[in-house]
Amino acid sequence: MDFGFNQEQEMLRATARKFFENECPSTFVRKMMDDPAGVTPDFWQKLAEQGWLGLIYPEAFGGVGLGFVDLAVLMEEMGRAVMPGPYFSTVLLGGLAIQEAGSESQKKEWLTKISGGAAKVTLALTEPNARWDAAGVTLQAREARGGFTLSGTKLFVHDAHTADALVVAARTANAASPEDGVSLFLVPKDARGLEVKLLPTMDQTRKLCEVTLKDVSVGADALVGEKGKGWQPLARVVDRAAVALCAEMCGGAQKILDMTTEYAKIRIAFGKPIGAYQGVKHRAADMLVDVENAKSITYYAAWAVDEQVAEAPLAASMAKAYVSDAYRKVAAAGIQLHGGIGFTWEHDLHLYFKRAKGSEFTFGDATYHRERVAQLINL
Amino acid sequence: MDFRLTPEQESFRNEVRAWVKQNLPKEWTSRVISGPDVPRVEAYKFLREWQKRLFDAGFIGLTWPKEYGGRGLTFLEEFILHEEMALAKAPPVLNILGIAMAGPTIIAYGTEEQKKRYLAKILSCEEIWCQGYSEPNAGSDLASLQCRAIRDGDDFRVTGQKVWTSIAQAADWMMLLARTDPDAPKHKGITYFLLDMHSPGVSVRPLRQITGDAEFNEVFFDNVSVPAANVLGGINNGWAVRITTLMYERLALGFGLQVRLRIALDALVGLAQRTKTNGDVASKDPIVRQKLAQLWIDTEAFKYTGARAITKLLKGEMPGAEASTGKIWWCETHQRLQDIAMELQGPYHQLMAGTDRAVDQGLWQYTYLRSRANSVEGGTTEIQKNIIGERVLGLPKG
Ligand SMILES: Cc1cc2nc3c(=O)[nH]c(=O)nc-3n(C[C@H](O)[C@H](O)[C@H](O)COP(=O)(O)OP(=O)(O)OC[C@H]3O[C@@H](n4cnc5c(N)ncnc54)[C@H](O)[C@@H]3O)c2cc1C
Repeated sequence: MDFGFNQEQEMLRATARKFFENECPSTFVRKMMDDPAGVTPDFWQKLAEQGWLGLIYPEAFGGVGLGFVDLAVLMEEMGRAVMPGPYFSTVLLGGLAIQEAGSESQKKEWLTKISGGAAKVTLALTEPNARWDAAGVTLQAREARGGFTLSGTKLFVHDAHTADALVVAARTANAASPEDGVSLFLVPKDARGLEVKLLPTMDQTRKLCEVTLKDVSVGADALVGEKGKGWQPLARVVDRAAVALCAEMCGGAQKILDMTTEYAKIRIAFGKPIGAYQGVKHRAADMLVDVENAKSITYYAAWAVDEQVAEAPLAASMAKAYVSDAYRKVAAAGIQLHGGIGFTWEHDLHLYFKRAKGSEFTFGDATYHRERVAQLINL
Repeated sequence: MDFRLTPEQESFRNEVRAWVKQNLPKEWTSRVISGPDVPRVEAYKFLREWQKRLFDAGFIGLTWPKEYGGRGLTFLEEFILHEEMALAKAPPVLNILGIAMAGPTIIAYGTEEQKKRYLAKILSCEEIWCQGYSEPNAGSDLASLQCRAIRDGDDFRVTGQKVWTSIAQAADWMMLLARTDPDAPKHKGITYFLLDMHSPGVSVRPLRQITGDAEFNEVFFDNVSVPAANVLGGINNGWAVRITTLMYERLALGFGLQVRLRIALDALVGLAQRTKTNGDVASKDPIVRQKLAQLWIDTEAFKYTGARAITKLLKGEMPGAEASTGKIWWCETHQRLQDIAMELQGPYHQLMAGTDRAVDQGLWQYTYLRSRANSVEGGTTEIQKNIIGERVLGLPKG
């Protein structure tokens, strides 16, 4: 038993922190907020060179072959930098779906491309019904001419506008259990009948799209995994992506705490640094409690999904429930303890505050995950 | 990072599990449905026996050196042991102040003679220890304590008063902080004594608490003679002696807290599953489910945060922020748990032990009341937050 990071992981953290300080300062983040693409080809290529686009993919597919605990370290640093761009959507959604469900040749083609920075793939899962469970998948895929025809609307799709392909969750059959009859399709972005609309979002560092499919035809080889059996791998993808997101959220929350304690040491009011006042000090202590617990439960979940232990779904939901609340609370406290400056566009706090809010609802907020925890502990 | 047990750890766990199965009588578990971290007076007798059994089997003082009755193991085995105790709904350890505080302090500061004299008897529960720190005018601001010890040849003579002294009525020894140099700055004139509670001049008066029980006491010293050989860590060095073992104390006490919280939570889940509200069991109510799930998550978070601190310690590093948050998080979670237990019982929550109508023989009523102390005893939540703010986050003193 060992509940710490090894030396390689500590090195990865140090490297990543330095990298993002140099390559992803808030001036860059802000540029990308205004840029519809949300990322530059140059930055993306650098991520590829670091090996981070393929960090968790097998070496046979151009990846580095590391695990989710390593990834958690990297994601924390990305969260600390509120890194913009389609990393999450490509590596943890589209790419991971292919890794979990795809055929050898699909993996070889796409994971290799993703790892090298040559392709971006996102996952089109959620719909206007805003459900996270299998019943939320209603987009229809009909069998036709040896292939499939897809029709329906996907909403809150990360980075579809810059993706080369989308893994689309569709319904191929209406069975008694909504978990049966879900199939995954790899649809090229330029497929006829597929339309992507970039939506204005509160968190401008993360781009969301509406994707409409009108009689989009794909071949049988577009199927990722078995027909009608797409939910199981998808659920694993969602759990894993949620845990990775939690790690990113922890990094952001830690950064806010750092900014806030630094500020509390230098901002003078009534002749003293504000951090000397207990109203401030105790709120900062509360922030620390939230940050530390958030990390603990996330690290455990990262290990659990990595090892695929039986408790992995429970661990993922515990983490997402805790961290969703914690990041929001910590971000709000950060703004409060900064006073007026914290409310300005110029100060970076709002970047984190908005990222916290967006992340909170991505793959289910705390309320959703607490209910899932209740189910998983057989309440 | 790896949560799997090594084969050795696995076999240690099995050893504990098998032993507990054999040696923990059912009727002892039932009394601690959600027992407090300091045991109730009426339970002292069986708890003494329970600890003796643990000692005889080698399941107490795991991390203490072998030559003093320990097993020379690490906090990891301690972690595993406590997980098993939680699963088995084991009762608390009676001499916890001796085990988590007096013992480690003696190990760190004691002379060879002192170690030989006291340590094994702490583990076996032959000698119970209490903690004589707080006074009527010194609680959070402990360093302003006034109880005096005056040198008298080979002895010291102690006069003064302690208060809120848990388990003093059953204690054989006290960790006593007393002022030996009233002219020195307040942190510099304090000495740590090992005081025999059976000495002439010591009187103990139980204080009734909001639970109705009297688990803590007033202790008066009237010219009590303490041999100079019972000074621990040097004259006027008491503050340093107290401080250095604080982190160890936090972790050691933390194990017990984790067990109590887990047992209470499991009991609460059971309560929710059989309590009817509006015609259906409470555990089906969406709001109750939310609250219980949150408690579950918070209990796990407490455990893993502790585990991170232990890992650092085992790697020879000083635990950082993760070691500081446990106490307040535990209080917050446990008090909320007890609130929810009352809520689930509806109007039945008013009934105390003594009627068949009381839920679970009224045990929850006791634990609910007892839980108010959690954020006061062992350093108040406000003081803990000051410490986190100043020592961990580096904020200026007020
Ligand atoms: C059940 C129980 C068992 C106990 N067992 C023992 C024992 O065995 N041995 C022993 O020595 N003691 C024991 N104590 C005493 C306990 O350690 C003290 O009660 C505690 O340290 C607080 O001291 P106090 O009661 O004097 O409160 P005070 O220090 O007077 O505090 C009163 C209030 O003021 C707040 N406060 C004080 N100073 C500050 C500050 N600087 N900033 C912000 N807020 C502040 C406190 O948080 C609290 O809310 C026990 C207490 C209880 C309730």
